[in-house]
Amino acid sequence: MRARLALGATLFVLAGVLGGTPALAQKQGGTLRIYHRDNLPSASIHEEATISTVQPFMAVFNNLVLFDQGKKLNTPETIVPDLAESWAWDLTNTKLTFKLRQGVKWHDGRPFTAKDVQCTFNKLTGKDTEDDFRRNPRAVWWQNLKEVAANSDHDVTFILNRPQPSILSMLASGYTPIYPCHVKAQAMRTNPIGTGPFKFVEFKRGDSVKFVRNPDYWKPGKPYLDAIEWKVIESRSTRILAFVAGEFDMTFSADVTVPLLKDVTEQAPKAICDLAPTGVSSNLIINPTVAPFNDAKVRRALALALDRKSMIDILSQGKNALAGVMLPPPEGTWGMPPDALQTLPGYAADVEKSRAEARKIMESLGYGPSKTLKVKVSTRNIAIYRDPAVLLIDQLKSIHIDGELEVIDTSIWHAKVTRKEFSVGLNLTGVGVDDPDVNLYENYSCGSERNLTQYCNKDVDALIAKQSQETDAAKRKGIVWEIEKQLAEDLARPIIYYERSATCRQPHVKGFVLHQNSIYNNWRYEDVWLDK
Amino acid sequence: MGAYLIRRLLLMLLTLFGMSVLIFVMLRLVPGNITDIIFDSAGFVNPAQKAKIERQLGLDQPIVTQYVRWIAGLARGDLGYAFVSEKPALDEILPRIPVTAKLAVLALVFSVLFGVPLGVISAVRQNTALDYALRVVSLSGLSLPSFWLGLLILMACVQWFGWIPIYRSTPGSFWSELALLSIPAAAVGFRSSALVMRLTRSSMLEVLRQDYIRTARAKGASDPSVNYDHALRNAVLPVVTIIGIEAAFLIGGLIVTETVFNIPGVARFLVEAIRWRDYPIVQNLVMLIAVVVVVVNFVVDMAYVALDPRIKYEE
Repeated sequence: MRARLALGATLFVLAGVLGGTPALAQKQGGTLRIYHRDNLPSASIHEEATISTVQPFMAVFNNLVLFDQGKKLNTPETIVPDLAESWAWDLTNTKLTFKLRQGVKWHDGRPFTAKDVQCTFNKLTGKDTEDDFRRNPRAVWWQNLKEVAANSDHDVTFILNRPQPSILSMLASGYTPIYPCHVKAQAMRTNPIGTGPFKFVEFKRGDSVKFVRNPDYWKPGKPYLDAIEWKVIESRSTRILAFVAGEFDMTFSADVTVPLLKDVTEQAPKAICDLAPTGVSSNLIINPTVAPFNDAKVRRALALALDRKSMIDILSQGKNALAGVMLPPPEGTWGMPPDALQTLPGYAADVEKSRAEARKIMESLGYGPSKTLKVKVSTRNIAIYRDPAVLLIDQLKSIHIDGELEVIDTSIWHAKVTRKEFSVGLNLTGVGVDDPDVNLYENYSCGSERNLTQYCNKDVDALIAKQSQETDAAKRKGIVWEIEKQLAEDLARPIIYYERSATCRQPHVKGFVLHQNSIYNNWRYEDVWLDK
Repeated sequence: MGAYLIRRLLLMLLTLFGMSVLIFVMLRLVPGNITDIIFDSAGFVNPAQKAKIERQLGLDQPIVTQYVRWIAGLARGDLGYAFVSEKPALDEILPRIPVTAKLAVLALVFSVLFGVPLGVISAVRQNTALDYALRVVSLSGLSLPSFWLGLLILMACVQWFGWIPIYRSTPGSFWSELALLSIPAAAVGFRSSALVMRLTRSSMLEVLRQDYIRTARAKGASDPSVNYDHALRNAVLPVVTIIGIEAAFLIGGLIVTETVFNIPGVARFLVEAIRWRDYPIVQNLVMLIAVVVVVVNFVVDMAYVALDPRIKYEE
């Protein structure tokens, strides 16, 4: 009897130590109510490039690896196992082998195996031509992926053409869920099946999306919530009022702009609001194929006219981040700090001096107060595009450029830019993972589909490839900064700022940590619980 | 009457045919199609993938072929598949119709219940303080945008009651639905009632000056009898016309109200479908609205006969 008591006491103490007290406080049950800002295009994360799809549907899936949902920053050090229990590189750093978790089931009861991983990446790399994705917006992420080999049911190897340490970061993104082999791509757009903590129930277009707890989830005891209900509310005023009234537990990601944040915190003082970068940069695009912008001097003058700080002050009360191509610190891992940025062309603190230089360039080309350069500044017909475009036009006046705003219907914006039917434009660019490979390959490498200005510099391409293979983070950062400098000199796509917006939640929402350097990777909701 | 009815029905069919051609062509004249939008959020356009989707959706076919396919489908009751959700268009459209219809009916009831009696009172008490007050109210109704009024209502509810009257899920009972829809209906109906009120007032003022009204008064008819039995019955014809127009407008014109109050109705859905260039949804919804307009017009014309025996359609 004494022995049994002692064993019981030991087990009790062990349970306390291993489980930790916070786990005891977590409450099971309840429905998390979140509003959605717009009509999500489809349920298939792999076919979309928008937070509108990732945020609701990430909870349906698992990745091989994942950025730690409880840590604020996404870095290689915060990558944790998900469907893969462990992973190892070979000596050449070109083979990455994952040992997969056993006993995991898809929501329809079928077992998860290495074949599913292989199928997912065959689609992403265009090897599956029979049931391919309707579109594949992140194909460039996997251009170095030669093959995915299923060694056994629970063992899979990613074979790369050359070393690329960042592939783990891309695998850890919310944009990289593992899809089932046995479900067609079309079905995944409307009725997705995953292995994740929540099962898809219903997607009423323009109205709501519902998920329920997966009782067979492979992580025992998780998720804590019984269900997640999304309600689409397109009117921003209505949805913010609804959050303030307590109708919703959380806002949509980054939906509360800096000016709105003041209203929300005043009207709902108990709400917890995190202001963080959205991973979206506002940038200037210049078409180098049309006169006079085929002249590098004119492009340089444009870049010198930018007063980034005043734009940041006006649009976000000084909260947006002055930035280069990569997200700057403190949230960004790879970006240049403000003092280093000032060494780049067009970033000098003395804006008047830069503008005087720009005016001199313009005057040498025959422009002046009596003969201004007339130009259409094109942008997408959405407020977050239009507002900085209007400020840009005002700033260009200081260098004898008379800009006229050309708002382009949102549906044909990218088509027009791709066809180069613009001279000067104001564009926004979202980056899924704070990693140079994602940003640089997508937006600045020769031939990339998202390289809107079709900027192509073979030297920069070589540097992009060089940093991609570098395993030493400090050395890699050095190369990235070198690229930043070159891109700024080439005026590839001058970045004006990185946005910051807030995501708010009611105080009873526990277990949620907002990632600070990407909005795309922390929507698994398996650790979230409601204290009410 | 029979010949007239047949003529009207044929004219209705002709109108609907014209509408169908117009909708179909205009929709395709708008720049961009679904494939542009599918690629838009990805931030690039892949011409090969785009062409493939266009083939899958039949958008590579000549416009006449596409039109014939649509009309043939309509004749069979097949509205096609929504481009975005990839579900049958009918399944997408049907659940939204009752929501908008209820809201429209409520708004119409509100506008008639308030607009007609207040219009009569305003006319009968012409140039009195009450008339001036009612005229101010009606002018406010016409000049306040319904989205602004809607937002004011929402803000007031949140501020004073800590509650927001928006549509979250299908209400459980008739009364809860009535309560939920009555607030947006009042916001929309306020504008309509102002219109009805002003029209009733001006129409009543004209009728009240007619000889037969003077005769009725001379014969000793009471004020209510003169105002409601003699004057209103004759003054109501233009009001019926405007109510008919409002009824047709309300089916497709509640975009702002549905957005502000988050009501999953037809109008909001239509705008969204236009934004996505979701042709099967837009074509069929606009056709539905066209049918409603044509039918309501027909009903209004028939109502004239009932309201004014002097009107005969056979001549």
